[in-house]
Amino acid sequence: MTAKVATVTSGKGGVGKTTAVANIAVGLASQGQRVVCIDGDIGLRNLDVILGLENRIVYDLVDIVEGRCRLRQAMIRDKRLPELYLIPAAQTRDKSSVSPSDMVRLCDELRQECDWILIDSPAGIERGFRNSIAAADMVLVMTNPEVSAVRDADRVIGLLDAEEKGPAHLIINRLRPSMVKRGDMLSVEDVLDLLAVHLIGIVPEDENVIVASNRGTPLAFDNKSKAGQAFHNIARRLMGEDLPFVDVENQGFFQRLFAGRK
Amino acid sequence: MTKEPSIVQIKGIREGLMVSFADADWETLTTTLIGQIDERPTFFQSARMALDVGGNVLRVAELAPLRDILSERGISLWAILSSSSVTEQTAQNLGLATRISKPKPVEDIKAADAITEGKALWIQHTLRSGTRIEFPGNVVIFGDVNPGAEVVAGGSVLVWGRLRGVVHAGVGGDKDSVVGALEFSPTQLRIAGEIAVSPKKAPKGKLEIAKLIDGNLIAEPWKSG
Repeated sequence: MTAKVATVTSGKGGVGKTTAVANIAVGLASQGQRVVCIDGDIGLRNLDVILGLENRIVYDLVDIVEGRCRLRQAMIRDKRLPELYLIPAAQTRDKSSVSPSDMVRLCDELRQECDWILIDSPAGIERGFRNSIAAADMVLVMTNPEVSAVRDADRVIGLLDAEEKGPAHLIINRLRPSMVKRGDMLSVEDVLDLLAVHLIGIVPEDENVIVASNRGTPLAFDNKSKAGQAFHNIARRLMGEDLPFVDVENQGFFQRLFAGRK
Repeated sequence: MTKEPSIVQIKGIREGLMVSFADADWETLTTTLIGQIDERPTFFQSARMALDVGGNVLRVAELAPLRDILSERGISLWAILSSSSVTEQTAQNLGLATRISKPKPVEDIKAADAITEGKALWIQHTLRSGTRIEFPGNVVIFGDVNPGAEVVAGGSVLVWGRLRGVVHAGVGGDKDSVVGALEFSPTQLRIAGEIAVSPKKAPKGKLEIAKLIDGNLIAEPWKSG
């Protein structure tokens, strides 16, 4: 097994990186892939909470790097899926306790053990961001359809090009079709027009995301939710499937009815 | 200490530490530097380092790891000096300075001489947010200039793409500089000493050229001839 390392990053905070990592991981793992998630947000860890694994943390990323435990010991297995693991971040340390070369070494060791390594990058473009992209084979840049988030995504894509980590793949999160229709929100086209990168996912706004995060059960476990479905689609696209994008922006009630009949 | 001059020279300058590499293999040079740092870690702790790499042709694969190794030791690499244009380009891509002193104040440059000839800077990609291009002559960009990107030129600036960032043409005072773009909606535009903010949406697909007319910054549709 030689894993692919994919990092999810955004520049701006709060656009949904951690939720995306948790859900894409669930998506990949339910396709039978062996997935290890790494929380790169040392000092402000969240991925463990969203995956509902907080109470099972014994060792973390910094413990591995500083040699207090073996890699295997820090991998928490999610019991809901056979092949989903989390390496949590340390909460009581900061970003400088891990270096980019530590991350490269760690991922190289992990590569033999799984199919996918998903890294949740912290917001910003400093040390934590550098740590998170150092080992990446591909980078998923996340943005919301709003001007400030798109601006930051543009900056991050530029940095990725400079570090020769490009071309980036784009996920547009929290799209509200009704607002786009009214002209109150940037459309998918508007975002792509500026960023000019490859689109890998469109996730509609969904209240259930918050409920799911609070419960520690990623939405992708629930096959009915639209956002969960969108994350499953991203997972399948990562595995090389060529799925068409659901036209969330123009999907009215009747169109959905028809789509169901086909 | 050996009498043989070291291939890595370290001295203090006003801006921090200045490290100069002699002509040698990159691997040897970096290991020597790291070795010297590890001998006196307290001296180097939280230093700002400028690095003169001479004629070494370096790409991201060489520079980025060195920057990361230095940062692990608490040293921030902020400038790369080089006689190779490839290395300079790499350093700029990584957001590092390529000269120690600030560029000379505007007045010192031969002011107001129109830059009509000489090498223009040709940029064949889109400038994304956070990129800053500085060049004493004319600049041609084959791509977009996104919001948050800046182009500062001594002469004119032509954008074969969409201009949505900030452009300052004629920085040295050249009032004959112009700025043109296929789609013209800069966040802010400056020619010589004049500043203008463009009206909201520009018409799509309209070529426009901005110039100084009697001290006013005017943008108008481009007409040939």
